[in-house]
Amino acid sequence: MTAAADQLAAPRTMAPPPARRTRPGRYTLARTLRYAALIFFLVVVLIPVYVLLVTSFKGTGDADPSRAWALPQVWTLDNWATAWTALSPAIARTVAVVVPSAVIAAFLGSLNGFVLARWSFRGADIVFTVILFGMFIPYQAVMIPLNQLVLDLGIPTGVPTLILLHVVYGIPITTLIFRNYYATVPHELIEAGRVDGAGMLRTYWSIVLPLSVPSFVVVLIWQFTSAWNDFLFAVFFSSSQNGPVTVALNNLANGALLQNYGVSMAGALFASLPTLLVYIVLGKYFVGGLMSGSVKG
Amino acid sequence: MLKKLRRVGPPLLLLAPSLILVGVFVYGLIAANFSTSLTDNHTAAQATGQKPAAFVWFTNYLDLLASEDFQHSLTNLVLYTVVFLAGTMVMGFLWAWMLEKPVKGEGLFRSVYLFPMAVSFVASGVVWRWLLNSNQDEQASGLNRLFQVVGLDVLQNNWWNNVTFGIVAIAIPAIWQLSGYVMALFLAGFRGIPDELREAARVDGASEWKLYRHVLFPQLSPVALSALIIIGHMSLKAFDLIMSISKPANYQTKVPAVDMFVFKSSFDYANAAAVGSILLIIVALVIVPYLVRTNREEKR
Repeated sequence: MTAAADQLAAPRTMAPPPARRTRPGRYTLARTLRYAALIFFLVVVLIPVYVLLVTSFKGTGDADPSRAWALPQVWTLDNWATAWTALSPAIARTVAVVVPSAVIAAFLGSLNGFVLARWSFRGADIVFTVILFGMFIPYQAVMIPLNQLVLDLGIPTGVPTLILLHVVYGIPITTLIFRNYYATVPHELIEAGRVDGAGMLRTYWSIVLPLSVPSFVVVLIWQFTSAWNDFLFAVFFSSSQNGPVTVALNNLANGALLQNYGVSMAGALFASLPTLLVYIVLGKYFVGGLMSGSVKG
Repeated sequence: MLKKLRRVGPPLLLLAPSLILVGVFVYGLIAANFSTSLTDNHTAAQATGQKPAAFVWFTNYLDLLASEDFQHSLTNLVLYTVVFLAGTMVMGFLWAWMLEKPVKGEGLFRSVYLFPMAVSFVASGVVWRWLLNSNQDEQASGLNRLFQVVGLDVLQNNWWNNVTFGIVAIAIPAIWQLSGYVMALFLAGFRGIPDELREAARVDGASEWKLYRHVLFPQLSPVALSALIIIGHMSLKAFDLIMSISKPANYQTKVPAVDMFVFKSSFDYANAAAVGSILLIIVALVIVPYLVRTNREEKR
């Protein structure tokens, strides 16, 4: 997994293949076409961003469809203010869900990954596959009894329930990432611990855990992003009064009042900023998490 | 015996919390869901346990599969998955292929192509609801207006309001969001191919096409398979997009996941559970062979 991320981040060798140098004309044409295509797709991918930004600054005077793609006649911050008032409590609740669930799921995944990769036993592969399957199930297949179970356990809907669910259903992927990572830790390190008579927990605590920082970053980012963006659990187990930002945003965008795109687009930006920031600042680790989604990494 | 216990005991103990949680919340609940789906638990009174539910075998499944309404959902799911898979695989591969050679500003292109992945479907649904507005001509906004501006008026259409192909419109934002992911997978795949392999092929006088056909494509096929599995399984996420773009009540764009939500909201737990089990079976048919295969390959 991290190997794939490293490959992706590694600088490319810039030497052009020698065979091409003999035909400069064709080379230039092919290159021009490639850049044209790359820039075309860049623009296409950014179209929704343009719409989001421009519409969020538009007042009601710009509502006419003929001005749909034009810049605002009057730039206003009203939409931003309205959206912030509507969403800020939900954003706070999302933080309250996402942070503990990411930390707990990462810790459990690290323990599992260590055991499955480095303190293995007969049948460990089967145990791993059994855990991993949980990553792929459509959650619709557990929703109805899950609802009953949460009620029976007496856990309040909203933040506490969502923390529990993100931890539980995060275990498979965190286990996968850590297991793949620990498989790359040299045997000698762990054997050295064993020879010194260190038990399993000692080995984990003093040898393996200190090596795990990069993996923890990847896992925490992955859990943070997927829990922040979750809508399915949120819509089944919370309301716009006690739920995270996705539910509140969906409620705002489809409010009973007339559809106000300016406000909902400003809201969509607020709701996306944390994950976008993580992506921009910690892009390499973000990609590492994505790569690990492919089972073999 | 005691020795064996001492060897297997501690690791199992450490795994125990996770195994119990996964056992209950994944396998236990799947079983419970299946058992609910075999009852006539269709009313609020039964859902809350005030009235008993009777065991009806597979009646709910048969009724669902026979109903035109649910068949429409299944057709939509297939159509959506096919378009979504084809779109992300083609775009993702194309981008990776273009960026695999030395390109100035490669990092910028890569980051922009990948960024939609960081945004939630609900947030992107807000924009795409606007872009996919079905009004045309004078009243057009969104993409229909953009088509007029650039002189491609013929491309105007009613997007997700089309009864047969409305669901394809929902696949567009999904392709926008996940093509970058497929690109990242393919880029990693390209970079995992040793340079010597390409050089050897060139020295042998292989043309560019032959190089791809016989050297690069075979090397990339495991990546392509992973991408297909992950992306294919994400097609169930259509739920989020539909909830935020066209609404669950919209017949044109409904899929089984939406039906499940609607059944649950009206306390028809038996049918909701049956839809959930059907989705699970569909996914398991693809995932289980994949997991078994991966497991076997790792052992080699």
